[in-house]
Amino acid sequence: MAKSMALTGNFAAAYATKQINPHVVAAYPITPQTTMMEKFSEYYANGEVDTELICVESEHSAMSACVGAAAAGGRVITSTAANGLALMFEIVYIAASNRLPIVMCVMNRALSAPINIHGDHSDSMGCRDSGWIQIYNENAQEVYDTMFMATRIGEHKDVRLPVMVNLDGFITSHKIEKVDTLEDDEVRKFIGEYQPVYPLLDIENPVTYGPLDLTDYYFEHKRQQVEAMKKALPVIKKVSSEYSNLCGRDYGIMEKYHLDDADCAIVTMSSTAGTTKYVVDKLRAEGKKVGLLKVRLFRPFPAEEIREALAGIKNIAVLDRSESFGAFGGPLFSEVRNAMYDTDERPNIVDYVFGLGGRDINAVQIEGVYKRLMDAKDKMPGDVNYLGVRGD
Amino acid sequence: MANLKQLTEREERLTGGHRLCAGCGASIIVRQILLATDYPVVVSCATGCLEVSTTIYPYTAWKNPFIHNAFENSAATISGAEAMFKAKKRKGEIPADQKVKFIAFGGDGGTYDIGIQSLSGALERGHDFMYVCYNNEAYMNTGIQRSSATPKGAATTTSPAGRAIPGKKQYPKDLTEVIAGHHLPYLCQVSPGYYMDLLKKVEKAMEIDGPKFMNAFSPCPRGWRHASNASIDIAKLAVDCCFWPIYEIENDKYELTGQSKLIATGKKEKVPVSDYLRSQGRFKHLFAPGNEDVLKGIQEEVDRRWEKLVKLSGY
Amino acid sequence: MSQEKTWKEIPWGGLILDAGNAQEYHTGEWRTERPVHIMENCKHCMYCWICCPDTAIIVKDKKMVGVDFDFCKGCGICEKVCPFDAIKMVIEGEEGD
Repeated sequence: MAKSMALTGNFAAAYATKQINPHVVAAYPITPQTTMMEKFSEYYANGEVDTELICVESEHSAMSACVGAAAAGGRVITSTAANGLALMFEIVYIAASNRLPIVMCVMNRALSAPINIHGDHSDSMGCRDSGWIQIYNENAQEVYDTMFMATRIGEHKDVRLPVMVNLDGFITSHKIEKVDTLEDDEVRKFIGEYQPVYPLLDIENPVTYGPLDLTDYYFEHKRQQVEAMKKALPVIKKVSSEYSNLCGRDYGIMEKYHLDDADCAIVTMSSTAGTTKYVVDKLRAEGKKVGLLKVRLFRPFPAEEIREALAGIKNIAVLDRSESFGAFGGPLFSEVRNAMYDTDERPNIVDYVFGLGGRDINAVQIEGVYKRLMDAKDKMPGDVNYLGVRGD
Repeated sequence: MANLKQLTEREERLTGGHRLCAGCGASIIVRQILLATDYPVVVSCATGCLEVSTTIYPYTAWKNPFIHNAFENSAATISGAEAMFKAKKRKGEIPADQKVKFIAFGGDGGTYDIGIQSLSGALERGHDFMYVCYNNEAYMNTGIQRSSATPKGAATTTSPAGRAIPGKKQYPKDLTEVIAGHHLPYLCQVSPGYYMDLLKKVEKAMEIDGPKFMNAFSPCPRGWRHASNASIDIAKLAVDCCFWPIYEIENDKYELTGQSKLIATGKKEKVPVSDYLRSQGRFKHLFAPGNEDVLKGIQEEVDRRWEKLVKLSGY
Repeated sequence: MSQEKTWKEIPWGGLILDAGNAQEYHTGEWRTERPVHIMENCKHCMYCWICCPDTAIIVKDKKMVGVDFDFCKGCGICEKVCPFDAIKMVIEGEEGD
C-alpha cells in the first residue's frame, strides 16, 4: 500500500502532481520553486503524464494560462513563489473571482526588495484577500497529502475556488524527508474524475467569462465569493476526514498539540510549528503546561474553531512569519486576536514577528517566548516583538 | 472562398445589441472574421473597447464561448484553453478529430504595448491559435491615450496637439514586422475596407496549424474624429496611400495582396498620405502653418516602409 | 433592460450563460438618422451586410430585405458603401420607408 520515499517538499509536490495527472500545468521557474517544476518536466519528458505542460514566459502568463485552461474545463496545477506570486497578483484575484478550481503550490519566500530567496510568508500573505483558499503545510508529508485534498476541495460544487498549498521556501521545499505515498489508483479514486462546470470547450452551450460589471452587479458577485468561502470550511473538514480514512493521516484545519490543559500557548503556522512541538515536548517533560496551536487553514480563517481551541488559555503568543508594515502586528496575530475578542475572558495575546527573509528561528528562542508567557503576571499588553532581529 | 451571398447563410456569432460606437471598426472586423469561417471558435479578448462593450453584465453579444481575463494576457489565456483542448484529446475525453479554432482578440493597447510579452510567448510556444489585433491606434477605451501604434502627429489625450508639440512625436511601431521575427507559419495585415481580402485571409489562416497573427486596421470615429459613416472609406484610404499595406507572410515569404499588390505592380495609383490625414480630425493641426516638416516626414516614412515591403515581396 | 437580481439568483463568477442575450438591449434607440432601403435599386451585393457594425442588415434567402431597427445605430456606413444608391439615410422621425 503505502510506499515510503525520501522526498524534498518540492519533489513531494511534483510527485503528487504526477499522480493527479492534471490536464494542464503552466508555470514559470522561480527559486525556491524551481525543483518542483523541473521534476515535473522530467515526468512530462518521459511520457509519464498526460499533462500539457506550458513553459510560459512569465508568472503573469502562468496564471493567465491557468485561468484559460481551467475555464476551458479541466484540472490545472501550477506553482510559484515570492515575486512570481506578486507578478501574477492581478490574475490571482481573477482566478478566484471566476471561480476556477486551480491548485497552486507556493514555496513561500520573501518579497523584494532587497531581493531575498529564502522563506517567509510575505508572498502568500500579500494575497490573503484574493479569495483563494490558503493551507499552510508543516512538512513534505503534509504538502504531498494536501495536494490531493486541495484538488477535491477546490472542485467541490459548493466551493469552486482555487487553493493555495503553502510550504516554507528552502526549509520545506528543499529538505529531504520521509514521505509515505499512496498508490496511483488510490489517488485517482480519491480525487475522482474531473467534472467540468460551464467549460469554454462545451461549444453547444457557449458561455461568457469575465464580463464588465458596473456598480449594479459587482457587489453581488463578490457576495457569492464570500458564500463560497463559508461553504468551503465544512467541505475542507469533510475532505480531510475522508482522506484520513484512506491513509490514517488526519490533518483537519488545525493541530492542537498539548493544548487541552495548557496555561499558555504559541499559535503559528508551517515548519516553525515543527520546531515548536520539539520545545513543547521539552517543557512538558519539565512539567510546564505549555501547548501549541498549529494553524493549517488560513483562508477561510476558522475563527470559531480557533476560539474553541484556545479557550481557557491565559497567555498566548502568535508567531508571524510576515509583517504587515504599519499594521498592529502581523497577519496571523490580527486574525487570532480578532477571533478571540468575543470570548468572555479575553486572553493576553502578544505577537512575535520572526524569520523574515529566511532568518532562522531555533528552539532556544521559542523557549524564550514560552518563558515570557509562563512568567507573565496578570495583564500583558498586546505588543508586537521582532524575534531574532539584531538591534531590538 | 464562399461568396458574400453564401456567407449570409452562416450564423452571426457577434449579435446586435453590443454597445460599441456607431461606425466602430472593431465590430466590423470581428463580424467579418467570425463569418469567414464556419469552424466552432473559442474566443479570448483583452480588456478594451471590444471586450467591455460586448459583455456588459448581464448581457453578452457573443454566441460562441468567450473569455475575458485581463488587459495584457489575451494570448496567454487562449494558450491555456488551447492546451486544455489538446490535453483532453490526449486523455480521450473529447474525440481526436474534433475541430475547434482558438482566436485571441486584443486592441493595439493589449497587443503592441502591455500585451506584447504574452503575445510573443504564446507565438513562440507554437500554440495552434490566431491572434487578431484590432488596431485603432490608441488606448481608446480609457479615453484615447497614445499607444505605440499611434501614428506620428496624431493628437491623442496623452499626446495632444499643443502649442509646443504637434501630437505624437514618434512614428508607429511596426508590430507586424516584430511578429514576422517569430517566423510563424502565417501572419498578415488586413483592412475591413478591403473585406474580400480579409475574409480570404481568415479562411486561409484557419486551415493552417500553429500560431498565426492578423493585424487589422480599425477606424475609430470617436478617437480619430471622423464621421461614423466614414469608417470603411478610411479603412480603404489607409491602404490606398500605403500607410497600412495589406499583405501576408507565409513561412517567411512576403506577399502583398489585393489593393497593395495592385499599387506595387503599378496597376493602381498610390494616393498621397495627406489625403488620408485630411480625412480625420486627429491630424487637423498638421495642416496649420509650421507643421509642414511633420507632414513631409510622415510621407517619407510611409514611403520608406512601403519601399522595403515592396522589395521584400519581390517587386 | 433586465430587472436587478440578488446574489442568489445569478450564476456565480460573473458567468453569462445566455449566449447572445445582448439582443435584449435595443441599441436602435441611439439613432438620430435611419437608413431607408430602396428595393428597386438594390442588387443584393451584400456590401452593406458585410460592413454593418451592428448585425443590423437583414438578409433572407440571399436577399437584402431590410434593416433591423432594434439594433441599427444609424452610423450610415451602409449608405456609404452601397454602390447602387439603394440605401438613403434620413433624419430619424422624418420620412419612413
